[in-house]
Amino acid sequence: MTITRRKFDALIIGAGGGGLRAALQLARADAKVAVVSKVFPTRSHTVAAQGGVNAALANVSPDNWHFHMFDTIKGSDYLGDQDAIEYMCRAAPKVVYELDHFGVPFSRRDDGNIYQRAFGGQSQDYGGEQAARTCAAADRTGHAILHALYQQNINARTHFFDEFFAIDLIKDKEGYILGAMALEIETGEPILIEAKTTLIATGGAGQLFRTCTNALINTGDGMAMALRAGVPLQDMEFFQFHPTGIAGKGILITEGVRGEGGYLVNADGERFMERYAPRAKDLASRDIVSRAIAIEVREGRGCGPDKDHVFLKLDHIGADIIKKRLPGIRDSAITFAHVDPIESPIPVYPTAHYTMGGIPTNHKGQVVVPEREGPEDPVPGLYAAGECACVSVHGANRLGGNSLLDILVFGRAAANHIIGYLQEHRYHRQMDDDGIDMAMARLARWEQQGEGESVPELRAEFRKVMEDHCGVFREQNNLAIGLEKVTALRQRLQNARIQDQSKIFNTARIEALELENLMDIGIATVASALARTESRGAHSRVDFTERDDTNWLKHSLYFEDGRLDYKPVRLKPMTVAPFPLKPRVY
Amino acid sequence: MAEAVSNEAINKRLLWSCRRGMLELDLLLKDFIYQGYNSLELPDRKIFKILLDYPDAVLFDLLMGKSIAADEGIASVVKKIRSIATSTAS
Repeated sequence: MTITRRKFDALIIGAGGGGLRAALQLARADAKVAVVSKVFPTRSHTVAAQGGVNAALANVSPDNWHFHMFDTIKGSDYLGDQDAIEYMCRAAPKVVYELDHFGVPFSRRDDGNIYQRAFGGQSQDYGGEQAARTCAAADRTGHAILHALYQQNINARTHFFDEFFAIDLIKDKEGYILGAMALEIETGEPILIEAKTTLIATGGAGQLFRTCTNALINTGDGMAMALRAGVPLQDMEFFQFHPTGIAGKGILITEGVRGEGGYLVNADGERFMERYAPRAKDLASRDIVSRAIAIEVREGRGCGPDKDHVFLKLDHIGADIIKKRLPGIRDSAITFAHVDPIESPIPVYPTAHYTMGGIPTNHKGQVVVPEREGPEDPVPGLYAAGECACVSVHGANRLGGNSLLDILVFGRAAANHIIGYLQEHRYHRQMDDDGIDMAMARLARWEQQGEGESVPELRAEFRKVMEDHCGVFREQNNLAIGLEKVTALRQRLQNARIQDQSKIFNTARIEALELENLMDIGIATVASALARTESRGAHSRVDFTERDDTNWLKHSLYFEDGRLDYKPVRLKPMTVAPFPLKPRVY
Repeated sequence: MAEAVSNEAINKRLLWSCRRGMLELDLLLKDFIYQGYNSLELPDRKIFKILLDYPDAVLFDLLMGKSIAADEGIASVVKKIRSIATSTAS
């Protein structure tokens, strides 16, 4: 079979904010750059980021990058790498001003400066007064960034492969990454994209869990490709959850509802948070509320026919207040839960939101693995940025407003390093057939016909297992059973078949390939969570409730063969004194 | 038969266009493709395709009732999508 081949200096897989920021930097440096995206670029998940991007501009409150750095390290529960965090916080004002010049319509103050809003976890003077650090374009920041970057890339003549699904990276015997095999979704034809450098920017993997806030596209494709190419995944046990998503749908119901007086009840009508947090009750921290909901459901006090959620009750607040202060929440409840909260409670369950772990990189965006000299040898030609990467600036817990910052800073940093790499590597390396054959085999596997298990059913079962065994309730036995179950499901996927063997827009085949990716990183997530016998940030174990810096101040690395290894947290910043470990108390 | 295959291909293309950057849009549009699209008249089908070309943030505001389309045809199809969403059993 003859495969279409195209050659580029740089291949970017993923067209969210990270991928587009990198592509723009490269195209403007006259590199021949291609962006592969499984959906039209401006439909990437970056559009869902409504909050804003953090930068210590000090337009609204006294601020500087060092305060931002402290907050990010503390927020990470000290698992964040302090050199990368310093790099990000120092670069933040520059990337925001760049966006301003690219045409992002940031909200302004009367004096013309960029308006900044206050978010949780932002402080002045290292834990003092609230800071206002988040720059926003009304409530459409992600959308505005994505559209501005896309337009700039069109002007800079970046080549887009829209609606192409990346199958696998191509790696040679010396370990260089030489591009990727992709599938044109419209025709079903494979295409080999040879590139001197490849940047993975495919976003997160919220679709691992039955209840999540992420779009359907967030299936962790890039993480799984890296894993199959021999790169371990770092810190996959750290997944951020919100306590109240609409049950069975995942749509976020903000904390503002409980702030207005809404409270949670179980099947007995009991206001159960009084038992878990007698003082803060329903306004206790996210992890405490999330775990309380999961325990109520596990112990049989869940609501509904399947007893798989609890109720968020706000009818007592009154129709006027709900209509005035919570109109968006009311509309979400009516649309997705089919209840009007003025009259009936909203069914809710903790919803998965953000993947802190991912492909290990350094602050230059290079993918790093423990291979030759030490724990962080760069993989030649391979880069990653954004939610798919673990640089690690979020450590065990991400702060609001830092995810857009992460994609912009490290998309740009990776591109800058790629520009230098291209000057030293002027020619494409010879590609052998082995890597190509492996990617083609992955495609051909789904051409097997006959009877077999159904992909959608396996997907539903897998996501339920992930939620039940590796969600917010984490305990040794439960995780161990979960690992057995996801491993068995991965085996069963080998025997699944798709009935649709057509070529054109065969979405069944794409969904099968996505499920393979999800299951591979799902196993990494459960195995890493099982091994980490402490509670830190978003990883909360009911059997190991304290942070354990003596044994666990280290990053997890999960390899495709099931092996787990660890590497130290980078506690030494680039130019300033390290921030010493402290309890994470707000 | 050829027409049936062709229609199926068109629907699959549409289905993929309903993969969006926001979960809310994914759920609303996917439900509509399966439960409402086939009952649309041809002019409304064309309007639905126009809607799919809208940026996600604009589509989100329309489908979540935060804004109202000035064009009557668009407003009518938006109403049909919302009607499927609010009547679908959870």
